[in-house]
Amino acid sequence: MPETFYDVMRRQGITRRSFLKFCSLTAAAMGLSPIYAGKIAHAMENKPRIPVLWLHGLECTCCSESFIRSAHPLAKDVILSMISLDYDDTIMAAAGHEAEAIVDETIAKHKGKFILACEGNPGLEEENTGGMSCIIAGKPYTEQLRHAANNAMAIISWGSCASWGCVQAAAPNPTGATPIHKVPGIGNAPIIKVPGCPPIAEVMTAVITYMLTFERLPEMDRQGRPKMFYSQRIHDKCYRRPHFDAGQFVEKWDDEAARKGYCLYKMGCKGPTTYNACSTIRWNGGLSFPIQAGHPCIGCSEDGFWDKGSFYDRLTTINDFGIEANADEVGMGAAAVVGGAVAAHAAISALKRTQNKGDHES
Amino acid sequence: MTTLSTKAHSEPAVYVYEAPVRLWHWINAAAITVLAITGYFIGSPLPSLSGEASDYYLMGYIRFAHFAAGYVLAFGLLGRAYWAIVGNSHAREIFLHNILKPSYWGGLWHELKWYLFLTKEPRKYSGHNPLAIFMMHWMYVWGTVFMIFTGFAMYGEGTGEGSWAHSLFTVWLIPLFGQSQDVHTWHHLVMWWIIIFVIIHVYVAIREDIMSRQSIVSSMISGWRTFKDEGKIDND
Ligand code: HEM
Ligand code: SF4
Ligand code: SF4
Repeated sequence: MPETFYDVMRRQGITRRSFLKFCSLTAAAMGLSPIYAGKIAHAMENKPRIPVLWLHGLECTCCSESFIRSAHPLAKDVILSMISLDYDDTIMAAAGHEAEAIVDETIAKHKGKFILACEGNPGLEEENTGGMSCIIAGKPYTEQLRHAANNAMAIISWGSCASWGCVQAAAPNPTGATPIHKVPGIGNAPIIKVPGCPPIAEVMTAVITYMLTFERLPEMDRQGRPKMFYSQRIHDKCYRRPHFDAGQFVEKWDDEAARKGYCLYKMGCKGPTTYNACSTIRWNGGLSFPIQAGHPCIGCSEDGFWDKGSFYDRLTTINDFGIEANADEVGMGAAAVVGGAVAAHAAISALKRTQNKGDHES
Repeated sequence: MTTLSTKAHSEPAVYVYEAPVRLWHWINAAAITVLAITGYFIGSPLPSLSGEASDYYLMGYIRFAHFAAGYVLAFGLLGRAYWAIVGNSHAREIFLHNILKPSYWGGLWHELKWYLFLTKEPRKYSGHNPLAIFMMHWMYVWGTVFMIFTGFAMYGEGTGEGSWAHSLFTVWLIPLFGQSQDVHTWHHLVMWWIIIFVIIHVYVAIREDIMSRQSIVSSMISGWRTFKDEGKIDND
């Protein structure tokens, strides 16, 4: 019988107690009732580990960094061995041809049964220009991605890079970086997006645990994100929200309001437009999250968050007019032009009226 | 002012704006005023208040006023659209007009010339002139529809999954724009589009009242369009 998750965990020296703790914490993170902790434990004890191919395209590796910091139980050993990470060029032991052989081997052996975890994205511009932007073992990443994707059971788009494009796709996007779901020729495997730069570790492990336990993808929204973590905005669950509703804002980084922990809206907080779980699950084992540390949310899990102007402006910068302006500056400018035109028109009208008076009304 | 040179003449009148249209017009004007002011302060809030959060609800009230006026605007438009069907033909003008009729474009051209001081006399219309119809349809009606759709899509983000606003608007509109932030930006930009319409609309209404051969502002109060001379009514 193939190894189960539980076998691996025990082999790693994890006690049954911390194993059960992991199951109940994961159930709680997924918003499931406590009975599901038992189901998760059962699945982990009995189901064979799912093979996972973890491929890296254009990326900064922050998703891997986040993943290995998952809080429970002893992340660095267990989470990694929980899923059988057959290939992950950042953390696997093998190297060179030996490592590359694993990719083909996994694909051949588990055809249609493995999960393809994509970190980063391919630069499609190389196909147009013949340039190179992401070469793995002498071949374009796009090739490796297509080959794996066409044989995968499901694809996880880790992070904002794989989900939306992120920084490498920011204007002018010289490499043609393209999120996984928009890459032509990657087949029909369902794609689940787990955006964030990086995504929260607990969210990453919970998504994988869910897929193992229930043998299906978690419920997703229209944009392909798991609803249990991405159906609410940071703003909806932010602990500074009472200050927002009261009208109490930080106006400067070092003012009294900043010390008192008022709302960061005026400092450019993107919480009101950002779907993520930071304000509920938080970071580093639930220790804190950016807003708690006094910094506005920069909207890292949203599509195109690099191209919306400064992280510290509330109103989006619009670049399409050649100059940088926000909606109010554009609108007030246009209103001023129209207002000026109206005033001029009124003056000419008055003039004409006096000129025409005689012949008009006699 | 003009009494010296004006000869005695009669002023024919036509009943144009029925009561529901007039009522809607002024309620709607009030709603847009509230929406624009509160909307502006949602984007750029008032100076911060100090003290206990539990003592205040300023941003909450501003947003509440915005959403309440938003409902008034939306149901107002629905009611107005209903009246376009059951009301008189003038009630239909801003929603539906025959753009295939050459006389519509001829009238529009004539009206443009009148505004460019290229012709001495505007034509006489009992309802809206073709240029007014053009502006009200394209700038006002569609601008408002856009605000209602984007507004309720953002509103649904707050009321959350399962709420009617979320299911009806948020679910498809946010992905259509890419993400929520762009919806905010567009909602904000179109506010200025509507403000520009209001500037032009108010100016033109007052100017026409003074310079053209028909009453404008008072008609939206009494419903009657009075004409300052007995010349024939062009309509289209
Ligand atoms: C003439 C009509 C309207 C105008 C001029 C207007 C104006 C504005 C402005 C300027 C903002 C700030 C946008 C930003 O920069 O974030 C805003 C936000 C908003 N508006 Fe409107 N709006 C209108 C109609 C509506 C309607 C019909 C609704 C529907 C209920 C609505 C709901 C909202 C919501 C939910 C927000 C976001 C509030 C928040 O983020 O706290 N608006 N509006
Ligand atoms: S700090 Fe940001 S997320 Fe929190 S209430 Fe203020 S605007 Fe919303
Ligand atoms: S608070 Fe905002 S910017 Fe920070 S990690 Fe969460 S979603 Fe990203």
